[in-house]
Amino acid sequence: MKKTFFSFVLLACFLSGCISGYGLNEQTVDTQKKTLTVLAAASLTESFTEIGKKFEEENPEIQVTFNFAGSQTLFQQLEQGIPADVFASANQKYMSDAIESEFVAAEEDKIFAKNALTVIYPKDNPGNINTLADLAKPGLKIVIAAAEVPVGKYTLEFLEKTSTGTSLPVNYKKDFLANVVSYENTVKSVVNKVLLGEADAGVVYFTDVTGDARAKVIMIEIPTDLNVIATYPIAALKSSQNAALAQAFVDYVLSEDGQGILQDYGFINP
Amino acid sequence: MTSIMIEKEQLKHIDFPEKKFRNPNFSNLWRLTAFPMLLFIVLPLIALFSRVPPAKILEYVNQAQILQALRVSFSSAFLSTLLAVLLGIPLAVLLSRKKDGLFRIVDTLIDLPTVLPPAVAGIALLMAFGRNGLVGVWLADLGITIPFTGAAVIMAQLFVAGPLFVRAASIGLAAIDPELKQAAELDGANRWQTFSMVILPLAWTSIVSGAVMTWARALGEFGATIIFAGNLPGKTQTMPLAIYLGFETDINIALVLSVILILISFLSIILVKGVLHNHVRHF
Repeated sequence: MKKTFFSFVLLACFLSGCISGYGLNEQTVDTQKKTLTVLAAASLTESFTEIGKKFEEENPEIQVTFNFAGSQTLFQQLEQGIPADVFASANQKYMSDAIESEFVAAEEDKIFAKNALTVIYPKDNPGNINTLADLAKPGLKIVIAAAEVPVGKYTLEFLEKTSTGTSLPVNYKKDFLANVVSYENTVKSVVNKVLLGEADAGVVYFTDVTGDARAKVIMIEIPTDLNVIATYPIAALKSSQNAALAQAFVDYVLSEDGQGILQDYGFINP
Repeated sequence: MTSIMIEKEQLKHIDFPEKKFRNPNFSNLWRLTAFPMLLFIVLPLIALFSRVPPAKILEYVNQAQILQALRVSFSSAFLSTLLAVLLGIPLAVLLSRKKDGLFRIVDTLIDLPTVLPPAVAGIALLMAFGRNGLVGVWLADLGITIPFTGAAVIMAQLFVAGPLFVRAASIGLAAIDPELKQAAELDGANRWQTFSMVILPLAWTSIVSGAVMTWARALGEFGATIIFAGNLPGKTQTMPLAIYLGFETDINIALVLSVILILISFLSIILVKGVLHNHVRHF
């Protein structure tokens, strides 16, 4: 029994060693250049990487390093004193928390992007859908994300909103849910099942409709009062060693160039 | 008894040089090297069970989500196993007889679904039977759509688990001595009588064990099901799907279903081993 326990401890040590090994983020930093560290929400990975490249091109003396993670994780990293210059969050909550904890000066944060729910359907429109109200027609095959997935939760919030004084019928939520044939485990499988024409319609975020999907699906806008809109705020951090550079990056994201790149990746400009 | 005594007496006079160095305690030490792998497989299962006392199973098993998942899983696995047996036996008979070039390729194709990642199986099924799929387009014209239905769950299981049955049955059938068939034919049995009264009774153990393995694998099917059949509680949400989604919300649902699934799989394998054991003993 002792031996068993000992070998288990060994195995545990070995495994944890492996994991921490993978977690190490080794980056070669050119000492000649000034480094700018940006903490950004995971959903910004593609768009901010491109913004970073363009920013470096325009400012050859600067090297931009990104730390992409869930906004909550980023806020925790701030609390633990991570050295960084800019914070870009996927929702207002963690930016407000950062202001409250004095990582960011009050009223310094700016909304730089918005993301909203949208209905998508295949281009050949097998369900003959033209308006939001059509989604309640009996016999449709609608796929949405499961309530366990954030976008699935927001889809249910949107349906909840339709039941209180809107132009949509009173039974909209009930009829819509009766048409749901699958609660998918990721938002991308919702996109793919619509893209393949297996589903008549689906509900996703604008930024999930990328690449190939753009040409193969059509979107129906969900009105702002019914939509669950995510806002993305950005701000330079008080602790930045390079306040001017940090502000320059924030300004670049808010500039026409930065906004153009974000739009390319499906974000709505504020 | 006496003869053994004599042998031992005789052995006394023979000198075995290496025996002096052989310490029985030491020479058995190699057995310890079997422990890490055993522990690695058993420990997670024990850990899972330790988190689910029987009271918890009773508390959760009545929840609608669990009952629905159990019902969908059992009915679909039963039907897919039944189909695997009915459609699989003719194929197994064919594969058990022919061994030349073309059939060797067919033989290999049969094994492919069992080694493919189940997600690949799901996408392949969608490409074939989806609304815009190779065959699905024709079905859609007839007003039949398969994805997101109970039929899709059964087809996903049949595709992934069915080959296990075909393989087991064809091995069992190939092991039958051809002379027995010839003897039956000489005694005046027609083809059907030879098959039903000689071949089937001789191969039944491999047919049963193949069917049980198919049933157990069908119960565990996840990847092909969620891609081809989707996830709708009460209709296409099987136990593995409920476990996966439960893990992201109510861990207790995931744990209880996991324990139930492990128990069923364990009993299935025990059953197969029992059948095989008897089979060996009779020979």
